[in-house]
Amino acid sequence: MAKQDTWTKKDLTGIEELTRAEIELLFRQADRFLPALAPGKGLDLMKGRTVVNLFLEPSTRTRTAFEISAKKLGAEVVSINTTASSLVKGETLRDTALNIRAMGVDAIVMRHSSAGAARYLGEVLDISVVNAGDGAHEHPTQALLDAFTLRQRFGKVAGLKVTILGDILFSRVARSNILCLSKLGAEVTLAGPATLVPAALKEAFPQVRLAHDLKSALRDCDAVMLLRIQHERQTTTHFPSLGEYTSQFGLNAERAGWLKPKAVVMHPGPINRGVEVESEVADGPRSVILEQVRNGVAVRMAVLHLCTKALSR
Amino acid sequence: MNPADPSPLWIRGARVLDPASGRDEAKGDVFVRDGVFVERLTTAEQAKARVLEGKGLVVAPGFVDLNCRLGEPGRTARETVRTGTRAAAAGGFTTVVTMPDSLPAADNVGTIQLLREICARDAAVRVLPTGTLTKGHEGKALAPIGSLKKAGVVAVTDATSGVQNNEIMRRALEYAAMFDLVVLDHCQDSSMTDGGQMHEGAWSLRLGLRGLPRAAEEIVVSSDCLLAELTKARIHLQHLSSAGSAEIVRRAKARRLPVTAEVSGLHLLLSDAALKDYDTRLKLNPPLREEADRAALVAALVDGTLDAVCSDHSPCTATEKDCEFDQAPFGAASLETTFSAAYEAVVLSGAADLALLVARLTHGPAKALGLAAGTLRVGAAADLVLLDPKAKWTPSAKTLCSKSGNNPLNGRALTGRAVATFVGGHQVHGA
Repeated sequence: MAKQDTWTKKDLTGIEELTRAEIELLFRQADRFLPALAPGKGLDLMKGRTVVNLFLEPSTRTRTAFEISAKKLGAEVVSINTTASSLVKGETLRDTALNIRAMGVDAIVMRHSSAGAARYLGEVLDISVVNAGDGAHEHPTQALLDAFTLRQRFGKVAGLKVTILGDILFSRVARSNILCLSKLGAEVTLAGPATLVPAALKEAFPQVRLAHDLKSALRDCDAVMLLRIQHERQTTTHFPSLGEYTSQFGLNAERAGWLKPKAVVMHPGPINRGVEVESEVADGPRSVILEQVRNGVAVRMAVLHLCTKALSR
Repeated sequence: MNPADPSPLWIRGARVLDPASGRDEAKGDVFVRDGVFVERLTTAEQAKARVLEGKGLVVAPGFVDLNCRLGEPGRTARETVRTGTRAAAAGGFTTVVTMPDSLPAADNVGTIQLLREICARDAAVRVLPTGTLTKGHEGKALAPIGSLKKAGVVAVTDATSGVQNNEIMRRALEYAAMFDLVVLDHCQDSSMTDGGQMHEGAWSLRLGLRGLPRAAEEIVVSSDCLLAELTKARIHLQHLSSAGSAEIVRRAKARRLPVTAEVSGLHLLLSDAALKDYDTRLKLNPPLREEADRAALVAALVDGTLDAVCSDHSPCTATEKDCEFDQAPFGAASLETTFSAAYEAVVLSGAADLALLVARLTHGPAKALGLAAGTLRVGAAADLVLLDPKAKWTPSAKTLCSKSGNNPLNGRALTGRAVATFVGGHQVHGA
């Protein structure tokens, strides 16, 4: 595949909109930012620019990672959280965004509970919009950092077998990862209870395999991505209890033993220790969870840099 | 309506379609005197009659819509009787049945009287109100259906709230039948649709939107058919959206149950793939479903399983629809494009001829509710539409009469449109 050397998108709203070449271009940019992650290091590529983190849903990790990414690039960062937001006073998202835009901002990083909200904002605004999670739709930077971590560990993503385990139905991380891993040539298996991994997923994403049996889902894979069980999104009908979930699908040391010797365990965080994964596994030698977090900063630096640069071009 | 009767009207040399009487002439005349259709005009009357040359046009009974909202009372930012009935006239509709989920709800005599007063003042077409089935369409206690009938409602329905309790539905059917009122039902089991934004399927999964499964509709279509059998009362199933619903109605009709059903023009034309860009204008309830459902609905309309094409006109303001998808209200303003949408889906697609579509827009809905409308018969009120089946046009929020811009067909090239509409012999649309 021909190398793409220019990034032209002002927004990153989803993996859906990206080509494989664009993803690879972004990874090469993230590679160059890795040294800047060391303490005391920083760049000034976004000096004089302002990034607003508009987080309309609770987040610690993603928001912090975006803040640090922007600061490592030399940008000013303002974070707006749900409680501080005027949206609770009934202002529309368009109005909130136009007001922020009017204050002379270069990019808005948004997390929102509504699927499609980032794309909507990208159409409303002429500044960069980066999706930090829109409802159950996409969480593109998470998928990018996941694939970046796999690439780092295995040399390439193409040909890898990746199992995504847990709450697929309500997960934006799963959707973005299905798209990202498929575009990069990995084989994806979705595993979990039938209520959270419905058969219709096969119609939505024909390239994936579905599994409701944990052993078959773990046996052949090179990586297993655990998803957090999201109490806040599930109605009570999707599985009987957290305890039952753990007994059927929780990853403990014994089950981790079904994995291939070099297979890794991933998690987007925050971890519910003892629910989807036991500490022994989360903190064990297979775990790349903290590498994911670290790479998340480099990947988000690349996203912010490329999108704002495309805008000023 | 205008009290002064206009001069006689002579529509000359048009294709004449009147499914109610079986009239289908390639080239014929239609005469109107004193607001009603007449056999012929005298030579003296012909001399002073207004003559409309019908070459290339089709004259049909004015369309009858069983499912629309005109914004009044209480939702005048979305639509008014003035703008909504002009939209109806522009769409070829001369009789529209309004849903009772206004503000306040039409669950009392006063609200019906208010609506009728507004209509007497502002309406361009005949507006027939419905009342709620239960108080506040909350599904708990029956509304005063007998009094509502006396106030002028032509049917009762809880609109999009549906009726979630089978016991209430059963008693409502029995009670309404006593007054010869048909019950209209929006078929949806709300326990299965909480938070739902679009059809549950591959697209809802891709877009990360909660789905409204087909089964939520089909379960209620089934229970309504069973309750029609139990009570022998008339029930009309509103805007069906799935292949399964059509099949259940087909079987019910084969068993001669007193059930009729309708489908909206948009559901005949579009499917859920159109929502791929989160276009809130396409957020409908019931939702647009899959291509196979769409095709099955067209087939069901053609074979008579579905009796009527409705507009399901549900205006929303531009501001209401300009937001995140899951925060936008359901509904589309569609009175002006219902014929064009159905014409493309049913006639231009080759599924049936224009006569069949006209039947489903006139005689079909009129018969479902027992309305004296939808025919060109001599002696009937002169409600008619002149159609240009070849007209090419592209609707836009600026040019449509509806106060709302939420017509998902805005910007789409359409074929076929009403060029003139008459109500009781008075022209209400067209040059």
